[in-house]
Amino acid sequence: MTDWPILSTITFLPLLGAFFILLIRGDEATVANNAKAVALWTSVVTLFLTGFMVSQFDGSSAAFQFVERINWLGDGVDYAMGVDGISVLFVLLTAALMPICILASWYSITHRVREYMLAFLLLETLMIGVFCAMDLILFYLFFEGGLIPMFLIIGIWGGERRVYASFKFFLYTLLGSVLMLLAVLVIYWQTGTTFIPELMKTAFAPDWQNWLWLAFFASFAVKMPMWPVHTWLPDAHVEAPTAGSVILAGVLLKMGGYGFLRFSLPMFPIASDLFAPMVFALSAIAIVYTSLVAFAQEDMKKLIAYSSVAHMGFVTMGLFSATVQGVHGGVFQMLSHGWISSALFLCVGVIYDRMHTREIAAYGGLANRMPVYAAIFMLFTMANVGLPGTSGFVGEFLTIIGTFQVSTWTAMFATSGVIFSACYALTLYRRVSFGRIEHEGLQQIADTDRREIFLFVPLVIATLIFGIWPMPILDITAASVENLVSNYQDSLSTHAANALLSSVPESLR
Amino acid sequence: MLANVTLLLPELVLFIGAMGLLMVGAFATTDATRVIEYGAISLLIIAAIASWLKGDAYPQLAFGGAFIVDAFSAFMKTLTYLATAVVIVMARGFMQNENLARFEVPVLMILAAVGMGMMISANDLIALYMGIELQSLALYVLAAIKRDSLRATEAGLKYFVLGALSSGMLLYGASLIYGFSGSTNFAGIAESFTAEDGILPLAQVVGMVFLLAGLAFKISAVPFHMWTPDVYEGAPTPMTAFFAAAPKLAGMAVFLRVVISAFPDALAAWQQIIIFISVASMVLGSFAAIGQTNIKRLMAYSSIGHMGFALVGLAAGSQDGVAAVILYITLYGIMTLGAFACILSMRRDSGMVEQIKNLAGLSQVRPFMALCLAILMFSLAGIPPLAGFFGKLFVFHAAIEAGLYVLCVLGVLSSVVGAYYYLRIVKIMYLDPPTDEANDPMPRELSIIAGILAGICLLFFVYPAPLIDLAAGASQALIAMPAPEALLTGLFGPTDFR
Repeated sequence: MTDWPILSTITFLPLLGAFFILLIRGDEATVANNAKAVALWTSVVTLFLTGFMVSQFDGSSAAFQFVERINWLGDGVDYAMGVDGISVLFVLLTAALMPICILASWYSITHRVREYMLAFLLLETLMIGVFCAMDLILFYLFFEGGLIPMFLIIGIWGGERRVYASFKFFLYTLLGSVLMLLAVLVIYWQTGTTFIPELMKTAFAPDWQNWLWLAFFASFAVKMPMWPVHTWLPDAHVEAPTAGSVILAGVLLKMGGYGFLRFSLPMFPIASDLFAPMVFALSAIAIVYTSLVAFAQEDMKKLIAYSSVAHMGFVTMGLFSATVQGVHGGVFQMLSHGWISSALFLCVGVIYDRMHTREIAAYGGLANRMPVYAAIFMLFTMANVGLPGTSGFVGEFLTIIGTFQVSTWTAMFATSGVIFSACYALTLYRRVSFGRIEHEGLQQIADTDRREIFLFVPLVIATLIFGIWPMPILDITAASVENLVSNYQDSLSTHAANALLSSVPESLR
Repeated sequence: MLANVTLLLPELVLFIGAMGLLMVGAFATTDATRVIEYGAISLLIIAAIASWLKGDAYPQLAFGGAFIVDAFSAFMKTLTYLATAVVIVMARGFMQNENLARFEVPVLMILAAVGMGMMISANDLIALYMGIELQSLALYVLAAIKRDSLRATEAGLKYFVLGALSSGMLLYGASLIYGFSGSTNFAGIAESFTAEDGILPLAQVVGMVFLLAGLAFKISAVPFHMWTPDVYEGAPTPMTAFFAAAPKLAGMAVFLRVVISAFPDALAAWQQIIIFISVASMVLGSFAAIGQTNIKRLMAYSSIGHMGFALVGLAAGSQDGVAAVILYITLYGIMTLGAFACILSMRRDSGMVEQIKNLAGLSQVRPFMALCLAILMFSLAGIPPLAGFFGKLFVFHAAIEAGLYVLCVLGVLSSVVGAYYYLRIVKIMYLDPPTDEANDPMPRELSIIAGILAGICLLFFVYPAPLIDLAAGASQALIAMPAPEALLTGLFGPTDFR
């Protein structure tokens, strides 16, 4: 390993691209073309660098790697970057989705292209930063900073109710996050540092843990999103442009789960244990309730958005089962949802670009005119349902196994959710793809072109390969996950032993 | 005596310079406004440099302890003088277009700045009052400088009447404190103002409450904020920019100094007052701004809210807290001046506009101005990674350290409400379509100022250490450095006639 700060390079390279876009001069068409080219190339180079970084990553170690640390705000708040087995794949996911997003917007974004590409590159920097940050305040900086470009993406290039959706997205998330900020400050005050590896070694007093856990939960539950604070998500998804939805579903939602993994579980194990039943209950409600809600939707994007909430329910359930399978499953489910839901939103985007409507009722019989599209859409519908052989199955299965060991009831409800997801996903697919073409406008609809197929290829490959052979992912995450779970169980048993000891009268000790 | 004079040098430079400029203006045969503006700007820059160089870590006293120069006063004065200079630059174009380019304006601004310098360095109730009055009288005139405008004169009168009322309260409090402690010097007050058996002398507490009420008026903290929206709206926009920046910096500085050096033992008593006005300011500032349609009124409520956030740090009563307030108020000054540089650019063929809806679609017509204003708005809202976030981070950190959890929770929640109206401005600029009549291009000096200040907000996170260190040094001078005892004779001496 060299001393080259590869994580900072990956993080800030998109910002450099954004800077170049800012410098472009010329008439509107030139600016648009150049901005697109710069954005695409920047994100592709970032992806290659990230790939290189992942290839150098040592999956057998649970420690943070490629660590950089320099003085920043003084007094224990440093600029610290590093990745471990949990975060490294999220960095890769982000870097991989970004070129897809930019390509997906190639023709569909026609006005203010320069600002659009700027916003996306800025967002990429902030998202990668979230997963690389090894300092709490730095994490918060990236975590919150992402709101600004996303607000603009939804607000400027969104659909009809874009203003409402962007405000709702921004204020909901901000409200959750400011409480987390206070918790961060409490942690800083109590420990004198915000360096995450050090904080993981710190044992917080149990009653403090509860408050801190709740404050972090407020932020991550909104971001995840968990029932009942999920209502911003359908609005944001429906109004966002296709690429915005892809990033929202593919990466932004994962920040909540990542936060649970990075902070809630390792730093507040006692509180996590205490609140786990609540999380299970909320997850079970999310899985069953939002699946039913999804079933009733008439808008394709809204349906997929609700299905995202349900799938995130599997993630929270798996993470808080705090078993090796559950946590593994949660991580895997987040990654796999990252590409499956992205692909589904792209699928909606493909027909939206042609017909400019997302109403399910406006389609039907697409398989006749668009065989390739119908095949791709079917694959991802099946993956969304969790059909064995696709990566969706692995994540759901592992989380259910993990949860079953801890809470049988939750696992049972979750399993019923798999059936519900089959109901809404297959219904959607049938209504859109099968049957006769009845709408006039669909008679001439063209099948996917080369660019669109090119977008789907990596996602199809990931879905199939990791569905059949998930080991490459699990190998990378294994050491970190096992380390996390064993530390978690250790501190629980220490706490239980202490509680037992203090219940023994002084004279008998 | 000579030592006294050298300590007073920056203020003397300004004062004598102002007199000289006044003479030039009065006796010049041609219109000397331009020359006087340049003169005023250079005087302020000289004064800023002079006060910067005076900023030894160890406090020095002059005039029997009535005037203090330390790292804190040096830092705050430098900021205040620079802010005044920036406002004079910003005001030039506006004043000419509105036929307000009179030579008295820069002179009055310098006189106000001298008053602010006096306030910041005041270590004695008499010196404090002198500084406040010198500042206020100049500001009253500046608010009403547009003589034939009904709204401007109304603003000036309102400012004057309410300002006089607050000065009265301040004087009443000061007289009570002097009567019961026998000293007007802050150190002398601190000495006599100690708790016996845990109970503070009641009359002195009453005096302190009056004093703080008078000071709260000057920084427009709730419940003494009523004048702010009207004066901000009525006064000519460059004057509003001035009111929003320099007097707030000086007012907060004097607030800090009075509370910390005159009432160190009464922490429990003033802490609850500060907590109350802080919460009230944050909440009112956030909620009342939502319904505003005039951007100057909106900025008035925004500044009320920001004073509340700054006071969160003071409520902590610790050195970290004071450092956080200093940092916050500095960043606030930068953001506010930047925002007003943009507001001053809201000009069309038909003249100045100040409705928020006039910004519609600005990002497509004037992308640079929209970008600057958007950065400043996100920064004022406290969204990371912009500078405003760090201000909030440090004040809340100090408050958490002091165990003020409820205050913090209320504070962050009102910051979310506040984010709504800042976002609304961004929404109008970026999300709404442009209207028929476009804004004129930004004047060059305003675009330079707005660009630099927005750039500072944007890039503050890259290298925040210098400003944080300066704030920490200034707070240390205020809170931890003992004043040299030998010079503490006070204007009226340590008489013991109780």
